[in-house]
Amino acid sequence: MRMTTSDEDLALAAADGDRAAFSSLLDRHYDRLFAFCFRLTGARAEAEDLTQDICAALPAKLASYQRRAKVTTWLYKVAVNAAHDRRRRRATYAKATTGWGDWEINRTAANADTSRAVDWLTMAMNQLPEDLRDTLALVLDDATHAQAAEVLGVSEGTISWRISEAKKRLRAIKDMEDAG
Amino acid sequence: MTDDLDDLKALMDSATPRPDAQRRAENLMLAQENFDALQGSRPAPRPTPRTIFSGVRTMLDTLTTKGGLTATTALVAVGLLFVTPQGQDLWQGGGTQKTIPVAERTQTTPAVEEALQNAPGNFSEGLLRADREDVGLDDFNSGFAPEVMEAPVVAFDRLSQTAPAPAAPTQAEKGVITLGSPMVGLNHADDLSATLPQTRSRAQADATFLPTPAPDIIAAPEANTEAFPEAAPNPLKITQEEPVSTFSIDVDTAAYSVVRSSLMRGQLPPKDAVRVEEMINYFPYDYPAPDAGAAPFRPTVSTMTTPWNPDTQLVHIALQGQLPAVETRPPLNLVFLIDTSGSMNDPTKLPLLRQSFLLMLDQLRPEDEVAIVTYAGSAGQVLAPTPASDRATITRALNGLGAGGSTNGVGGLEQAYLVADGMATDGEVNRVILATDGDFNVGINDPDALKDFIADKRDTGTYLSVLGFGRGNLDDATMQALAQNGNGTAAYIDTLSEAQKVLVDQLTGALFSIAGDVKIQVEWNPAQIAEYRLIGYETRALNREDFNNDKVDAGELGAGHSVTAIYEVTPVGSPAQLSDPLRYANEERTPVSDEWGFLKLRYKAPGEDVSQLITTPIAPSDAGSEAQFAAAIAGFGQLLRDDTYLGDWSYADAIALANAARGTDPFGYRSEAVQLMRLADSLSR
Repeated sequence: MRMTTSDEDLALAAADGDRAAFSSLLDRHYDRLFAFCFRLTGARAEAEDLTQDICAALPAKLASYQRRAKVTTWLYKVAVNAAHDRRRRRATYAKATTGWGDWEINRTAANADTSRAVDWLTMAMNQLPEDLRDTLALVLDDATHAQAAEVLGVSEGTISWRISEAKKRLRAIKDMEDAG
Repeated sequence: MTDDLDDLKALMDSATPRPDAQRRAENLMLAQENFDALQGSRPAPRPTPRTIFSGVRTMLDTLTTKGGLTATTALVAVGLLFVTPQGQDLWQGGGTQKTIPVAERTQTTPAVEEALQNAPGNFSEGLLRADREDVGLDDFNSGFAPEVMEAPVVAFDRLSQTAPAPAAPTQAEKGVITLGSPMVGLNHADDLSATLPQTRSRAQADATFLPTPAPDIIAAPEANTEAFPEAAPNPLKITQEEPVSTFSIDVDTAAYSVVRSSLMRGQLPPKDAVRVEEMINYFPYDYPAPDAGAAPFRPTVSTMTTPWNPDTQLVHIALQGQLPAVETRPPLNLVFLIDTSGSMNDPTKLPLLRQSFLLMLDQLRPEDEVAIVTYAGSAGQVLAPTPASDRATITRALNGLGAGGSTNGVGGLEQAYLVADGMATDGEVNRVILATDGDFNVGINDPDALKDFIADKRDTGTYLSVLGFGRGNLDDATMQALAQNGNGTAAYIDTLSEAQKVLVDQLTGALFSIAGDVKIQVEWNPAQIAEYRLIGYETRALNREDFNNDKVDAGELGAGHSVTAIYEVTPVGSPAQLSDPLRYANEERTPVSDEWGFLKLRYKAPGEDVSQLITTPIAPSDAGSEAQFAAAIAGFGQLLRDDTYLGDWSYADAIALANAARGTDPFGYRSEAVQLMRLADSLSR
């Protein structure tokens, strides 16, 4: 029945308090949301937790939804922001370990050690700086450059540059591994 | 270029896992609840517009996926289990529930109706209250509307419509399985039974429904976010340039368990996870005990030829702590601070934690007190300070713990300390025990504030120990940092037998310290020793001046614990010397002494601020088999780290040495170590 209703109409109805609309909307997008969270975090447990954060916060975020926005774009934005929050939280605690080495380097090193067990791309993506990783996650999730630009609040040119930069770095990581 | 991207995308798509059906259903439900809470569907604090089963029905309307249906079925099944006599049997029946056909269950529906009618009014609230504090589940009000009675029928009708008959048992079975790994609703089984007194004793006293973790079958995680402290191995030092070596003792054992868990999964451990001193100190040693009335621990120094280098010597420094009479120990106040974030939902985490703590409970005395505070998933005190003799209450609280959620409410850590402060009485021992799989979102945001907070509390006498559970997200670095700041130990629990070792066999040592801020300083005699190298203790190095500074914190020695430190030294004139003598250095020095070096130890008696000094010269002597075994483990650890000092020495040599020095090994720890060496040997080929 609701399958023919557009995402945008559902979102508006949900913002108006229609719980069935909200429910169908989330049900429709959950799997995609989870997949995107996985691209952002690179780890299943992290992705599950991030998805849960988003689900918990989504009703409140509905207020920020505006008619002209595409629901997918809006969801991307919510997800990217939630991922940033999580990373920031993590980083704060990671800093508690100053004196025992830089956390990110450690984690990367630990990742490198288990690279055989871990999918190469996920691991490589984890080595990218956050802005590149977010951009790549979006584009690999079939977002257009324009959409990614809107989500991340940068220009389309920046997105294109970041993509080529990310590819360059991934290639470098690969080359380094092949050489090593 | 686009081809590149397509390849990447294909790679990524294949790497992306399917969302977990159960988590999906939970998350959708959580979102819906928050949505309702936000819509103000309940104008008053305790309104009555909806009941639990209308909620279930809405869920059935909105969730048509298998996951949603499973969750719903689980809820109804839970209701059955608790409310009906048949359910009681199921609950008790252990493994038999899987074979009960659905038909038989459907027959119980009238009984459900009857029981529901008789049940106290707030049954539904107890059943469904989730652990997330901001969820707004209060939507499910406490009354029973008449429509409730048809609900079970609705649910089963729906089940039989959607699922073909043969599939039905699977659905029902899933519902039952949910009981073992607490997820939806079951988290508050204790609330439920509080209102149904006749179910309480069976449901809680009987812990057999806990899933038994299979220690040796641990699936490799997908991507992991583990963090280990990165420390380069201690470098070789030239005695003439730097004759003094200073470090703090380390009584953690986490590294050994992490190494074991990696090897058992068929992987060599990450190098940074191998801290050699923790591996050595994992084992109990039969060192000479201190005499009564003497210092609380006794140092023993012995030397032997280095197994991996005939031209160098190992100097083995052993500290054996005294074991005070256990009968006279002061009462203990323990606050468990338990991580209940979603990732704890794994057989090797929360269920293992529960079983571990139950094991430990048997070791406590009636006058000891236990409290439980949770953080992450659910925040707050779930068990008020309770005498350890009240096993039923503690067991119930432990069984009621459920994983889920990652929202952080009140600061879990602050609350844990608050509870500990409330329990404190003069002469008692206070300790907070943090159990986590790596989520340190304990409620204090500023890392320095977190350290200071723990250190402040340490100074007021409440210590912190950290127990790690599960792999994949383990934040070993933070575990270490917190435990070191809290004067506690960091241990990693990977199997029930490890829990037995840490929380049962060595509980006294883990909870009662006999000497604080134990520091070791060795001054080597350049006339006898050309070069030296401390094996391990990288994360425990201290500055030379820190030794006499009582303000500088160091490790605690627990009752009956022993600590081992090993130096590899190169005597003057040995062909193994790696550095050439300096051409322009001072000419011939007259040997002032035959001693190799001088060992100084500082410690503080418990509760004191001023340290005391123990000194003993280091001279060649014959090491016994205990030291030989420690050397074998030191070699093993360095092999795992791929350290460069071992030359051709191999795992086979380590195995031979360890076997020769195995001793009586009453707990089998040493035999296990040999097994691990064999595994590492095979895996490294």
